[in-house]
Amino acid sequence: MSAAAADPDEARAAATPALLVAGLYKSFGQLEVLRGIDLAVAEHEVVCLIGASGSGKSTLLRCVNLLEPIDAGRIVVAGEEITAPRVDVNRIRRRIGIVFQAFNLFPHMTVLDNVTLAPRKVLHLPRAEAADRALALLERFGLADKRAEFPDRLSGGQQQRVAIVRALAMEPELLLLDEVTSALDPELVAEVLAVIRQLARGGMTMLIATHEMGFARDIANRVCFLDAGRILEEGPPEQIFRAPRAERTQRFLQRVMEAGRL
Amino acid sequence: MTFGGGPLGHPGDLIPLQGPRGSRLVRDRDALRSTAVALLSTVIVFAALGLLVVNAPGWAAVQRSFFNGAVFAKSLPAIVGAFWVNVQLFLLAEVLILVLGLVLAILRSLPGPVFFPVRLMAMIYTDIFRALPGVLVIYILGFGMPGLGIEAIPREPFFWAVVSLTLIYSAYVSEVYRAGIESIHPSQEAAARSLGLSRVQSLRYVIVPQAIRRVIPPLLNDFIGLQKDTVLVSYVGVVEIFRQSYIKQAANFNFTPYIATALVFLVVTIPLARLTDVLVQRDRRRAATSSR
Repeated sequence: MSAAAADPDEARAAATPALLVAGLYKSFGQLEVLRGIDLAVAEHEVVCLIGASGSGKSTLLRCVNLLEPIDAGRIVVAGEEITAPRVDVNRIRRRIGIVFQAFNLFPHMTVLDNVTLAPRKVLHLPRAEAADRALALLERFGLADKRAEFPDRLSGGQQQRVAIVRALAMEPELLLLDEVTSALDPELVAEVLAVIRQLARGGMTMLIATHEMGFARDIANRVCFLDAGRILEEGPPEQIFRAPRAERTQRFLQRVMEAGRL
Repeated sequence: MTFGGGPLGHPGDLIPLQGPRGSRLVRDRDALRSTAVALLSTVIVFAALGLLVVNAPGWAAVQRSFFNGAVFAKSLPAIVGAFWVNVQLFLLAEVLILVLGLVLAILRSLPGPVFFPVRLMAMIYTDIFRALPGVLVIYILGFGMPGLGIEAIPREPFFWAVVSLTLIYSAYVSEVYRAGIESIHPSQEAAARSLGLSRVQSLRYVIVPQAIRRVIPPLLNDFIGLQKDTVLVSYVGVVEIFRQSYIKQAANFNFTPYIATALVFLVVTIPLARLTDVLVQRDRRRAATSSR
């Protein structure tokens, strides 16, 4: 981890990408949502997906986690093609974590049980060991005192942090974040973004769909602008936000700026 | 009294503008008056109905044959004793129904073309047993199965009574479970699957536990029905409460034992019905207060 962080660009160029998406197409009935996505994410890289609602950001993340069957294309995770026929989807999914906009915590379980369920049932860790590891993670993100609470007793920000911890408990190679702050009250956004920053500093490879432009500019190594199911423009955040090349990117950022979100 | 309405919706907000009507004293007096009116109108309605029955031309005869105190006292112990058979039927069948109903519901919710035959069979099962009058199932199994004369097949009517009730009610209960399973938002399964849980694991640890919690009130409703339908097995010779009251009626040439039986059911069933209503109310309140 630290070696890569020392000289990230060189390390990235040498290694197989953590995620490679090639020629990805996805339709829901007549509606073409993804129309040829090509994207590579290097290990320890943070890539932000921006774009209007309906541009395909969430669908792309759901496809990468195999929650949606794809129509055409390939998705390769650390050299293994996960879209190949007969691949064990359960084995793939435990390597890729996803955090959803609406948290999707299990309401009938305590915070601790939410976090330990998958390590116990999927990785077959003994209960005590799973609990120890979960508590260490909860501690790290300031949630240890909430371990025995049920999700409906937590604030939105706390619920989303628990959801992130739940994904991390599987020690994923790649973390997908799907507009994780969109359902939160404005005053709760910061605590969740702080957690994601902490993860980025720790070298977590992340693909993040977000409407928080300031956050994307801060945290991303690279920003992709999605428009009508294609990546219209991508580049370092400075370039995308300061000097967008495509006219549509300019118009999108203009609208975002007018809405006061940049 | 309603709770909703928002900041402008409370009628009480306007009352101070209208003078003394809004005072606590006046409101207490209003409440007292509406209670009194409710009480009075109830008494009048029931008194009128009572008078109608008592003044009916055949009342004297009905009173003798349905409301005979001596027969009541004499037959009650045997009737209450026979009710124990209904309780056993009910409890045994209930456990089996809860299991078989859940199995059927899970079979019907298995996805994909591979499981189509399984889904089809579960569907045919629920269709058949919801379509048949319960009494027919009890007759056919209760007389037919022992009639086959196969050694391994039990002959006791009680056994076939439990089997029949289980088969009939599992069809209904599986539909209740299925509605519960389908009411759990797909995002819950997505969350479970995204962590690497298999379809079966996410059903077992995430979907079904939440679904069961949601369907407890409708399940209790079905069990109220089951409790009453235990009398149907009297047709195949199980001496339970209804059969016993028939025996007592025949012995006394008097219908009072049926009234005693009716009372036993009222005493047992009404509390269960009330409990169900309370649980439904609590569920509704909880659904209203939790945001997601």
